[in-house]
Amino acid sequence: MSKGLKILCKDPALELSYYQDYQFSGSKSQQEKLLRESSILYVENLSIYTTEEQIHELFSRCGDVRNIFMGLDKITKTACGFCYVEYYNRDDAENAMWFLNGTCLDERIIHTDWDIGFREGRQYGRGVSGGQVTGEFHEDFDPGRGGFGRQAQI
Amino acid sequence: MRGKVTSYRDIIKKSQHLQCTLIKLGFACSLESNLEGLAGVLEADLPNYKSKILRLLCTVARLLPEKLTIYTTLVGLLNARNYNFGGEFVEAMIRQLKESLKANNYNEAVYLVRFLSDLVNCHVIAAPSMVAMFENFVSVTQEEDVPQVRRDWYVYAFLSSLPWVGKELYEKKDAEMDRIFANTESYLKRRQKTHVPMLQVWTADKPHPQEEYLDCLWAQIQKLKKDRWQERHILRPYLAFDSILCEALQHNLPPFTPPPHTEDSVYPMPRVIFRMFDYTDDPEGPVMPGSHSVERFVIEENLHCIIKSHWKERKTCAAQLVSYPGKNKIPLNYHIVEVIFAELFQLPAPPHIDVMYTTLLIELCKLQPGSLPQVLAQATEMLYMRLDTMNTTCVDRFINWFSHHLSNFQFRWSWEDWSDCLSQDPESPKPKFVREVLEKCMRLSYHQRILDIVPPTFSALCPANPTCIYKYGDESSNSLPGHSVALCLAVAFKSKATNDEIFSILKDVPNPNQDDDDDEGFSFNPLKIEVFVQTLLHLAAKSFSHSFSALAKFHEVFKTLAESDEGKLHVLRVMFEVWRNHPQMIAVLVDKMIRTQIVDCAAVANWIFSSELSRDFTRLFVWEILHSTIRKMNKHVLKIQKELEEAKEKLARQHKRRSDDDDRSSDRKDGALEEQIERLQEKVESAQSEQKNLFLVIFQRFIMILTEHLVRCETDGTSVLTPWYKNCIERLQQIFLQHHQIIQQYMVTLENLLFTAELDPHILAVFQQFCALQA
Repeated sequence: MSKGLKILCKDPALELSYYQDYQFSGSKSQQEKLLRESSILYVENLSIYTTEEQIHELFSRCGDVRNIFMGLDKITKTACGFCYVEYYNRDDAENAMWFLNGTCLDERIIHTDWDIGFREGRQYGRGVSGGQVTGEFHEDFDPGRGGFGRQAQI
Repeated sequence: MRGKVTSYRDIIKKSQHLQCTLIKLGFACSLESNLEGLAGVLEADLPNYKSKILRLLCTVARLLPEKLTIYTTLVGLLNARNYNFGGEFVEAMIRQLKESLKANNYNEAVYLVRFLSDLVNCHVIAAPSMVAMFENFVSVTQEEDVPQVRRDWYVYAFLSSLPWVGKELYEKKDAEMDRIFANTESYLKRRQKTHVPMLQVWTADKPHPQEEYLDCLWAQIQKLKKDRWQERHILRPYLAFDSILCEALQHNLPPFTPPPHTEDSVYPMPRVIFRMFDYTDDPEGPVMPGSHSVERFVIEENLHCIIKSHWKERKTCAAQLVSYPGKNKIPLNYHIVEVIFAELFQLPAPPHIDVMYTTLLIELCKLQPGSLPQVLAQATEMLYMRLDTMNTTCVDRFINWFSHHLSNFQFRWSWEDWSDCLSQDPESPKPKFVREVLEKCMRLSYHQRILDIVPPTFSALCPANPTCIYKYGDESSNSLPGHSVALCLAVAFKSKATNDEIFSILKDVPNPNQDDDDDEGFSFNPLKIEVFVQTLLHLAAKSFSHSFSALAKFHEVFKTLAESDEGKLHVLRVMFEVWRNHPQMIAVLVDKMIRTQIVDCAAVANWIFSSELSRDFTRLFVWEILHSTIRKMNKHVLKIQKELEEAKEKLARQHKRRSDDDDRSSDRKDGALEEQIERLQEKVESAQSEQKNLFLVIFQRFIMILTEHLVRCETDGTSVLTPWYKNCIERLQQIFLQHHQIIQQYMVTLENLLFTAELDPHILAVFQQFCALQA
């Protein structure tokens, strides 16, 4: 029996996004393979005040959460607006991509993306000032991200 | 071009193009010219792409039932142009139907039957042969020694096709149809309905009766018949092509014998139709079709089908729902909200994960900001008003939905409208609901936010500030036994002590329970557990991660202290004392302790039914913990079973290779694998035994506390139906419903050991209703 209309079964939410981790040491196809099997999500646009508890509550609605790694500012070691959420299985992570991506957490719209997995060092922001790269440049005053972007403050 | 061979790439390209075209049919206007054009193109493609076209059309029949009449019209036009193709398509559909039934794919099979019956309208299938098929379907009601749910399905497949084809079949074969109806009616009158109370969202029949699904459908079809099969809602593109189609030659369906019942057959569960709106709820808009009108059935069916097709993509799903054809003649937003809540509250379980419905509703609010939020608010208000008779499981889902929904809209709500709950007994459904919602809202934000969003009058219902309670913390605790050890431990923890160092500090803690210690000094000592767990959890209170680290670092101490069953129970008790203000922390700690085998599932079950938790027994977090525990147990069993299966398969493959190669050297490898299989077999048996034991413990405890309550009420002469009782008996139901597949395996044990005839009829009724679900 036919497996079904490919277009109907094709899932834009699960298509790999544009992002490629430039620090990943394998090939692009290796990275893609890991992403397609991953049950870890990268979550961004969090407020720096968002707690592990809030993240856990929201993401638990999609399945049992195995681990949460809070993204930290490399210098101050405080939360800087992103995190990794790991599930026990891929299905639960898919639920999160379908149903939590683009909805609110702590009254901000969060975005989720597939991640290749936690390695030591990936919990730190890669922006020059210690926070996230995106945090360097935003010109609007975002109290949930500590005010103006660092570059805009210079 | 006769000599040209169609390349594989051409076929793929053609197939993709065709898929696109098929899916897009019906989206734009000018459906008729599109259909005509497409029929022409397909007819030309038949020589080269026939099997692909057949397969695609069968697939859309199966997967896009909300657009069935569009595709049946297309098939009708093709049949008019190419009689042989029509015949092959019908054969392919029958093959697909048989496969679906064999694979227990009953929901899809209904769509296939409906498709076939609409082909009668398109002059592809001759009416008498369709009537004959329905005769065979309904004759299943005469089968003996088969589950009722089997007979139900065949009746459902027949009745649910009639809105589409009833008129045509009755016009051609009224005497036969009358006979089939008579048989159906007598079946519906004699079938069992014990299962109904377990599946109703509300126990009250006002304002809308919660009808069993076959009863409702029968009433709808009866009304349609009385109205002489006049049905105006279904979109019927084939009417525009009548002059072409009536010239076509029709095919006869081959005689269809329903495949026999086997042990592996699993039929759909019965349902109760969820109704929350009627024509009085939208006085200004178009009239909502009545509950027994066939229009109501068709609209609901189509909306359910749209959700089923697009649930993973909420934007598409929402767009499809709001652009439902004929939406100007019906209060579409009301239908959409009702259908979504029908799925969310469906018992035993929603068709899709709960959170999907939350985000779908949010998406709909975004898409129709001027109209849908008001309907949703109206619905929420209604659900609140009827909380007194709502099934506890459904209330849980309502709490989770509403809190998550509010967190996406800055927690804006007119709480004062619900001030009536403030003067009620705090254990009654409305104040309880508000308390639980605020607790969940707090988990998604923070304590002060909750205090800010509700009027001051609601402060009694606000959750406690989720702080840690450390009993050795202040000066008054100096006199508590173990106080000095607690201080010692605190210092040790802060200076990064090892497990051994902790053991040596704990060695000198006296055991208040025992007169003489045994040699090891590590038998169950509640005081040791108390000082250790209190101090460690207090120091690790900062976040979940801190607490998990603490559990991991001192795992050895935990395991030793909690070695006995009493030890496990006491660890849970102490943890609860420390974190009783923070139910979320309690839940994640219990989860971690089970996963790291500090406590086992049975200990958690016993703890939940213990007297320490009796005050919180009706709170949602307790049941979330219990169900999560059961789920972990179930997953554990499945995992080991899978490992065993894989090992067995590996051995089988090895044997096959050996017999192919005739190689003796793999004998040794066999031995190791066989040993592994034996070990896994033991592991599976032990896991299954643990699982069975868990359910026995849970059911036993339920029976004990319910019996206690019933006996007390009888001696006191008070009513049994207190809020506590309603909650408790529905929690028992919930165990059955949420884990019905696993529990089915243990039915005999349950019947013989626990749910015997001597049991109070109130409790036994729950078991009997459960048995009736797959009977």
